[in-house]
Amino acid sequence: MDKIRNQGLGPVVEELAEVIVANKAWLSEIDGKIGDGDHGINMAKGFGRAAERIHGQDMTLDAALAVLSDVLMSEIGGSMGPLYGLMFEDMAAALQGHEDIDAEVFSAMLNGGLEGVRGVGSAQVGDKTLMDTLVPAVAAFDAARGEGFAAALAAMAVAAEQGRDSTIDLVAKIGRASRLGERSRGVLDAGATSCCMILTVLAQGLSRRLV
Amino acid sequence: MQRFINNPDDLVDETVAGFVKAHRDLVRLDAENPRVVIARNAPQPGRVGIVTGGGSGHEPAFIGYAGRNMVDAVAVGELFSSPTAKSFADAIRAVDSGAGVAVLYGNYAGDNMNVKMAARMVAKQGIEVATVVANDDVCSAPAEERAKRRGVAGEIFMWKIGGAKAATGASLAEVQAAAQKAIDACRSVGVGLGPCTLPGVGHPNFQIEPGTMEVGIGHHGEPGTRIEALKTANEVADDMLRIVMDDHALPAGSEVAVLVSGLGATPVNELYVLYDRIETGLAGMGMTVHKALVGNYFTSLEMVGATLTVMALDAELKALLDVETASPAL
Repeated sequence: MDKIRNQGLGPVVEELAEVIVANKAWLSEIDGKIGDGDHGINMAKGFGRAAERIHGQDMTLDAALAVLSDVLMSEIGGSMGPLYGLMFEDMAAALQGHEDIDAEVFSAMLNGGLEGVRGVGSAQVGDKTLMDTLVPAVAAFDAARGEGFAAALAAMAVAAEQGRDSTIDLVAKIGRASRLGERSRGVLDAGATSCCMILTVLAQGLSRRLV
Repeated sequence: MQRFINNPDDLVDETVAGFVKAHRDLVRLDAENPRVVIARNAPQPGRVGIVTGGGSGHEPAFIGYAGRNMVDAVAVGELFSSPTAKSFADAIRAVDSGAGVAVLYGNYAGDNMNVKMAARMVAKQGIEVATVVANDDVCSAPAEERAKRRGVAGEIFMWKIGGAKAATGASLAEVQAAAQKAIDACRSVGVGLGPCTLPGVGHPNFQIEPGTMEVGIGHHGEPGTRIEALKTANEVADDMLRIVMDDHALPAGSEVAVLVSGLGATPVNELYVLYDRIETGLAGMGMTVHKALVGNYFTSLEMVGATLTVMALDAELKALLDVETASPAL
């Protein structure tokens, strides 16, 4: 199989929330090293709240992502509210109307999400932000599409992890940590880390349902 | 540290609830959005609305500055986290009377994004928005990168000037220009002696070793420019004044307004000890203090420490600073 029915994928977003909530303390801890330590709390609050609203409903993936986007943008705020809010909104828009999700549709979803982030943020790869995870992950998925949906998802997850880890050696150029200059080197970026969680859980959740 | 908390998740809502009860003569809650605090007398027909917003945990900022001839509406965020675009947009809508709204806020990534999105949301309804971004924190970026600097306690002077200008019936462009002039005239510095803890995290996310202080610390515990041995109050005051005035480069004979704010857990008497030395230092430089504010005006949860803000005054800023104001914090 190289496609999944869109209907009934609400639990994938619940799985995302589960991982974010489970890593609340860790995300706040790494954020606290060079930021203000609120990343885990606000992410867990937003994702947790969205999961409660999705739970038990027969939803498409885009409907569930739209719920998540709405909570992040209208109830959470911070910098992650608009960044992830627009990412999920544009991901949902790309999925809307598709009965099945195959590699082509998923690629449109990923690229839509990337454009959503670019629409509000100005970070480039190398600035020590979630873009260091997102950009190479989307590129890796697209590059591996020829090998099938499952292989492309696996390639995306690997690239996301490499992207996340690449932020350790980077000096922050944008956001709160950018004021630290060299002092921001040597620690993971919290946004790149949560973005990696989101992409790897998405990859796992979809791969598992492919078989 | 022992604290008065029910559920950390409810802290912001309970803070706002208590605040609007305590200050019901000056403020009210927006009917639809519990994260928007509005001055009782806003909006006023024909007058430019003044909006700000920011993360919670800085009380009395930001909500405490909603009031008469000050801020008309405040968007309230989670602890140390920008309000949502929706809350900024609701605040703007609540105080627009057709003359436009000036959003005067601090330079943080989240606030920048959410205000930008809010301006886009209300533009659809024909509401004109002008923004001024505070960047008074000297140690957060070098002078040649002033646009990168954080906004801290200087925001209070920016709101005061913006609100007073709006009260004169000035246009949106004039209010924006006055608020911009106010923040351009402000320089601030923070010194941290002890960290703060987000209740949801439960432990400080940065440390200040006993016997040391962090010079240039940010309002959320963003690390400062240097860590050094704790010195006497006079030496710290001299240091803070030097950082601010070196960046300011004001001619002798200038008139200034001074704000010394505690960061949350520093006793107010110590703030006066700092101020005593700061005013003496300013006099030594040939500066005259026209107005001084000393107290907990812009805090960071229970951080130990203080910030110093010096605003250079000209005739316009001086006159606007003296306009009568009634808000819970000022």
